Amino acid sequence: MTESIRQAIAMVPTETGTDTAWIARACRIASSVRRRVLEHTVKHNGGYLSQACSAAEILATLYARVMRLGPSAGPLAPLPFPGVPSACNPCAFTGAAYNGPRAPHLDRFIFSPVHYALVLYSVLIEIGRLAPDALDRFNTDGSTLELIGAEHSPGHEVTAGSLGQAISQAAGIALARRLRGDTGRVWVFMSDGEFEEGQTWEAFAAAAYHRLDGLGVYVDANGQQCDGRMDTVMNIEPLKARLEAFGAEVHEVDGHDPAALAEPAERDRRGKPIVVIARTDPCRGIDLLRRRAPRLHYVRLKSDEERGAFRDALGGGAERETGHGDR
Amino acid sequence: MEIVSRPHGRNLVRWARDRERVVVLSADLTSSCEADEFREAYPDRFFSLGMAEQNMMGFAAGLAREGYFPFVHTFAVFICRRPFDQVAMSIAYSNLPARLIGFLPGVTTPGGATHQAIDDLGLMRILPNMTILECGDATEVESVLDVAQSVNGPVYVRMLRGDVPRLFPSSEPMRLNACRELGDGDDVAIVSSGICTEEAMRAVPALRARGVSVRHLHVSTHKPFDDPAILDAVTTARRGVITLENHTIIGGLGSAVAERMAESGAGARLIRLGLRDTFAHGASRPYLMRKYGLDAVALVGAVEDLIGDRLGIAADAIPAAPPPPLSHAVKVEDL
Ligand SMILES: Cc1ncc(C[n+]2csc(CCOP(=O)(O)OP(=O)(O)O)c2C)c(N)n1
Repeated sequence: MTESIRQAIAMVPTETGTDTAWIARACRIASSVRRRVLEHTVKHNGGYLSQACSAAEILATLYARVMRLGPSAGPLAPLPFPGVPSACNPCAFTGAAYNGPRAPHLDRFIFSPVHYALVLYSVLIEIGRLAPDALDRFNTDGSTLELIGAEHSPGHEVTAGSLGQAISQAAGIALARRLRGDTGRVWVFMSDGEFEEGQTWEAFAAAAYHRLDGLGVYVDANGQQCDGRMDTVMNIEPLKARLEAFGAEVHEVDGHDPAALAEPAERDRRGKPIVVIARTDPCRGIDLLRRRAPRLHYVRLKSDEERGAFRDALGGGAERETGHGDR
Repeated sequence: MEIVSRPHGRNLVRWARDRERVVVLSADLTSSCEADEFREAYPDRFFSLGMAEQNMMGFAAGLAREGYFPFVHTFAVFICRRPFDQVAMSIAYSNLPARLIGFLPGVTTPGGATHQAIDDLGLMRILPNMTILECGDATEVESVLDVAQSVNGPVYVRMLRGDVPRLFPSSEPMRLNACRELGDGDDVAIVSSGICTEEAMRAVPALRARGVSVRHLHVSTHKPFDDPAILDAVTTARRGVITLENHTIIGGLGSAVAERMAESGAGARLIRLGLRDTFAHGASRPYLMRKYGLDAVALVGAVEDLIGDRLGIAADAIPAAPPPPLSHAVKVEDL
């Protein structure tokens, strides 16, 4: 899509190529997200904290710059769990409403590594799509703000917790959108661990074969998975060369640099799915985490001492935003 | 009640010490499945295969063909759902002695529909050659590997992790195709499995106190399923039979008991307690057990239904589940 078409899109705040205010905003969102996830982790003696450290700028950039979304259609205070989808449950909904209405020219967002849910909820709070106190409902009985997000969770559209499945659904959505003549794109957020699943590679082979250039994937390449450092569990490198061999257009960028993250999305489509490999640091902004490496997947705080140390870490590094989020 | 911390992790190390052809395969859930102690103890017999479960089943089949005993460790959903075809065609068809150790049965995890194995027993039960075991307490966790290893063919184990209560004495290990008789009576037969047995054990004294004569059987072998005790219980229970399981009522224990009853011509009523043909969602275990009727309260209700009378058992007549120990072995959020 060219910049001129982009600027013609209704409802979307237009930002010119030279405008850099959004970068400061993305950085502000990212540091607030880290802080919010850290606070939550300290309060609940554990959390998926390293995922906030690695992915904060990626998700902030997606929402602040890359994705063309309309205003949220989801309630600021999240609705309770409506029951699982079925023919006799007319109440079932997805969390996609938080990413705005569906329209031919607007983008869609598919969130794949749903153990990052706390990070996504925090982003939605910081950009004003969820109420500031929404995390009070996180992982509580009957809430849609599930620990492992599912399609009813704010910001989520598919049930993706069996990892490496959402990419195929996103490709199917991109195919449907091309059939309909939509100009909007489908953005997918993935983790690097998902590149160990065979299905991921099947999806890229098929997306490239069908020239799905409406599909764009951001990968949080934090080099970590449950068992520790990825290269001690299974090797996926060289990821860029592998993806290129499968027919994708691949950009490898500093995953904490919003400008670098957004740049590949500004280019014209060229008949291939695009992938942005965001090289990230799983301890970014919270140095205290480094002591725990390589066990970073779920940060559990067991002693008062640990809790105290992490509470102190709140003082520095991450800056708190004031007010009710940044739209 | 004694609570045992990480019984499988410790037992696996002890049990595998002199069994040199026992190898462990893991798909990036090594400590989540308590295989980390094995990895530290016997690094040469531990193989990390990354988050790639379909491929891992093929590796297991290949190792089993060559005389090794692969013990595959991952969450039950990632054994039974995603690599179902690989389990069926690479392992079960050839009757290979792979041992598939599946964690997070049913609603024991807040991880939601993608992590809750509510259909694993059904999926494994329909596979020819597959033997299916389920642990209900620490004693069974500590003895299930012996039972699995005694089987000439593939075995699926529905395993428990973390803090596991001991319901049965250590001196009474799990036995293949043998129910545990937990109480005798002839009004109602209760057949329970897995974590639901603890629920039933809390309800039964309250039922007895109201004069209901209850037979209680605990099942730890789902396949084969021809222990004569089952047939005896379902034919002698005058008011009917109740199954209680942490699984959907289709394909699991309730279905197995129904099949036995129909084939034997037992004419009693059967109430199947379990998830009623629905996926669940992410929430705490007690909340989900209450919501979906897998707990002691639901069992009392089913007994009332069978005997056609309200028993007036107050909620506080059923002892509460013991609180988790202060230092949890595992935080349930740590998947
Ligand atoms: C198919 C599948 N297998 C296993 C899991 C369990 N699991 C959850 S997260 C994860 C891997 C974590 O690595 P990554 O996806 O890179 O996330 P990060 O380390 O950044 O948290 C695994 C194995 C899963 N959710 N889905």
